[in-house]
Amino acid sequence: MNELLEILEDIAPDVDFESCDTLIDDGYLESLDIVSIIAELSDAYDITIPAREIIPENFNSAEAMYSMVLRLMDE
Amino acid sequence: MTKTKTKVHIIALLCTVIFTVLAVWLLGKLLQPKYMSGVLEGAMTAEYYNETSPHDVIFIGDCEVYENFSPVTMWEEYGVTSYIRGSAQQLIWQSYYLLEEAFDRDSPKVVVYNVQAMKYSEPQSEAYNRMSLDGMPLSAHKLAAIRASATEEEALISYFIPLLRYHDRWSELSSEDLRYMFRRDPVTVSGYLMRSDIKPMSKLPSPPVLDDYAIGDTCWEYLDRLRLLCEENGARLLLIKSPSQWPYWYEEWDRQISGYAEKYGLDYINMLPLTEEIGIDWSRDTYDAGLHLNVYGAEKLGLWFGELLTEEYGVPDRRNDTEIAAVWAEKSEAYHALYDAQQAELKEYGYLKSWTLGEEK
Amino acid sequence: MLFTSYGFIAFLIVLFALYYLIPRRFQWLLLLIADALFYYCAGWQGLVFMAATVTVAWASTNLMSSSLAKQKSFLSSPPGKELSREERKAVKKQGEKYRKRIFILALVLDLGILAALKYTNFVIHNVNSLFGANIAGVDWLLPLGISFYTFQTVSYIIDVYWEKTEAEKNILRVALFTSFFPLLIQGPISRFGDLSRTLFAEHEPDFKQISFGLQRIIWGYFKKLVIADRLLAAVTTLCGDPTLYTGAYVFFGAMFYAAELYADFTGGIDITIGIAQVLGIRVQENFIRPFFSRNIAEYWRRWHISMGTWFKDYIFYPLSVAPWLLKLSKAARKKISDSFGRKLSVYVSTIITWFLTGLWHGAAWNFVVWGLLNAVFILAAEEFKPLSHRFRTKHERLVSSFGYRVFETLRTFLLVSSFRILDCYRDVAVSFKAFFSVFTDFNWGSAFGDLLNIGLSAGDYIIAGIGVVMMFTVSCIQEKHGEVRELIWQKKLLPYVLFTLLVLAVLVFGAYGVGYDSAQFIYNQF
Repeated sequence: MNELLEILEDIAPDVDFESCDTLIDDGYLESLDIVSIIAELSDAYDITIPAREIIPENFNSAEAMYSMVLRLMDE
Repeated sequence: MTKTKTKVHIIALLCTVIFTVLAVWLLGKLLQPKYMSGVLEGAMTAEYYNETSPHDVIFIGDCEVYENFSPVTMWEEYGVTSYIRGSAQQLIWQSYYLLEEAFDRDSPKVVVYNVQAMKYSEPQSEAYNRMSLDGMPLSAHKLAAIRASATEEEALISYFIPLLRYHDRWSELSSEDLRYMFRRDPVTVSGYLMRSDIKPMSKLPSPPVLDDYAIGDTCWEYLDRLRLLCEENGARLLLIKSPSQWPYWYEEWDRQISGYAEKYGLDYINMLPLTEEIGIDWSRDTYDAGLHLNVYGAEKLGLWFGELLTEEYGVPDRRNDTEIAAVWAEKSEAYHALYDAQQAELKEYGYLKSWTLGEEK
Repeated sequence: MLFTSYGFIAFLIVLFALYYLIPRRFQWLLLLIADALFYYCAGWQGLVFMAATVTVAWASTNLMSSSLAKQKSFLSSPPGKELSREERKAVKKQGEKYRKRIFILALVLDLGILAALKYTNFVIHNVNSLFGANIAGVDWLLPLGISFYTFQTVSYIIDVYWEKTEAEKNILRVALFTSFFPLLIQGPISRFGDLSRTLFAEHEPDFKQISFGLQRIIWGYFKKLVIADRLLAAVTTLCGDPTLYTGAYVFFGAMFYAAELYADFTGGIDITIGIAQVLGIRVQENFIRPFFSRNIAEYWRRWHISMGTWFKDYIFYPLSVAPWLLKLSKAARKKISDSFGRKLSVYVSTIITWFLTGLWHGAAWNFVVWGLLNAVFILAAEEFKPLSHRFRTKHERLVSSFGYRVFETLRTFLLVSSFRILDCYRDVAVSFKAFFSVFTDFNWGSAFGDLLNIGLSAGDYIIAGIGVVMMFTVSCIQEKHGEVRELIWQKKLLPYVLFTLLVLAVLVFGAYGVGYDSAQFIYNQF
């Protein structure tokens, strides 16, 4: 989880990833950020994130992203 | 919602609807062109409904009737009661429906139709349609006339809600629009639109060669209907070609009309070759170089035609009927007053200021 | 049937009345009949293409969903012994492969119709000019709203494939979703999952909702007829002669076009959403006061939202996770530089997405260039982010001031208006020439003096000006206090008064009827 937070803060330094759970709904992350995050996550965890996973629920909080990563690593 | 609240809404809704309808009607009245100065032709159709006494002769057709015949002259000289249901570029189906409507209120002995419009077998101009038809009150006749006349850009509904057609006049509103919102001044005398100015006829252009000289099927169809309508109502239909020199009346058209008249036993009088007999002086009796007669020409033609109507068609002399005579006395008075007013303006300005769009029309 | 025709108004009145008179369970079927009628008025040929699209969408989604259902039931209670992990994976993989095949076939068919009808001439034209060939263009009809309904069905097919949405078994419902007439002409491009919630439901008449819907419809007509169609004359004049109207005229043209397009497009959407609201159907918003945006990226989150999200969800995201692109960016990271590789996938996806967005607007290079310009500015803004971040922290007071906000807003507005010049002239070279003439031809004096000679009278300016001020005021209130209609609703009789005034304003000051070539909505053509 800490590793994930580091990656995220690297991409969008002024966003509070630790407590915010409406990253998408309230527009903290733009589509360009999301794509960067996806690229980083796929690289760091060696997973493929299919397009169908790119839905607000999976990216609204660091927590959600983490559980998505775990799920995809399992597959 | 509580009950009282519902009630309030229903009342508010009703008021809204009533107010909107009222406003649309009033705005329509305000924005409709009044045709009280400049272009007077648009006011003519509506004037017929102010008539109080019957007519023995009804003219239908375009400017070649309402500019060329003086009913007051025919009355004064022969006691002929006539009305000209003319309008600018009146197409034959419009003539037909205007006549159909006229039969509801009048029982003329003779119907005079000027055949010039037989050259148009298709709807022509939205603006002229409006001038011919807007003045008719809502009736089956009007509906049919609109259907027959409408060009592609016209919507039927805009004839019933004039605001839809004339809303755009907000930028050209004048005091005239306010003054004549609910009433009109007469612009004609018994349908005759007077012009007292003179513009002598010069050389006319040579007539253009047409691709097709055949008169259109629609026109024949309406002429048939016109004929039958007159038969049904016991009126004699007289076809004329008024003596206007332009637009050109082709030989080919004339032959077709003559043929039709012969086939159905109608009379057709082409007045073009008769102008000398009638006494028209083309250097004095026209206000636009031969297209239309002015009042001097119209009086001459009225004199000639009145005699024809009395002698050949048995149109009675009504001058002894006191009721009718009283009505016509008023018409005569209005006619002469108008004549004097035009003469005065001609003297003052050298042209008709109040009856035209300006000096050089 | 144009939104601005008498026939359409009559159609709406009859539809609204019937809709609440018939048994509620038939309401959606009535809508389907209305759609067919509406579409039939635009020519029966279009119905054939639409039927094909509906059939493809219905068949493919149902095949995919039944395959998924079969797979699920097989895995939950397999015949015989328990499956091993590998075996389960194999079953899944096989099912996925099958569904993918159907999915791709459906997309090819669906988009193929659009591509063939809309882009054949564009391709022929370019082949001709590239290779000096002389292939004759084709004269195929472009069915009404094909870009919109195709995108809507494509999104539905993808959503089912991604298992975001259940497949609809009833083909008539798929047909209604595809053809729902208010959306046909200019969107919003709606999602099945979103629209189906209210589209097929039974609706009791709700006084407030119907009132709101009607208010929105009349406001839409006001924007369209009073503002947009009035300004149209000036735009047509100025764009019609780019050699005569240079310099300041181009600036005026761009401003008029901005107002016209905004009034036209948002007005049309107001009518659309208003109609749906009267019917009790919720359609997503397509605009959130886009001209208040402070940068291009924000502008595109607020202007034509349904199109933006469509391209984002179905082009941009899938592209950016495409294996080939990820591989490419990985390689670039290793071989060129870390930061370049990181950005590569974002850049490539952004550019492709905007290329396609441009192409969607029209089969012409001016649209493509327009799309790419947007991409360039969005990416440039991204590049300058660290710089602007530093600037913001250093000058916090300045940045948070109202004046700075106005500056940013104006800057964005002028930028998107400049892009739009490409849309005015429909020719890349002419557009660029026109744009640069603003800075080289200083003919402001004569342009101002000429304002009454470009198709608008003083009266037109007054009316359009009042209209624009009204739009601006409403937008400001919305920005600050939210829904304007809710505010008015609390003032008892005010809604009635305003509604009546608006109706009369449209009737009197609308640019409709004889003398006006009742202009089609601009987005009709896309």
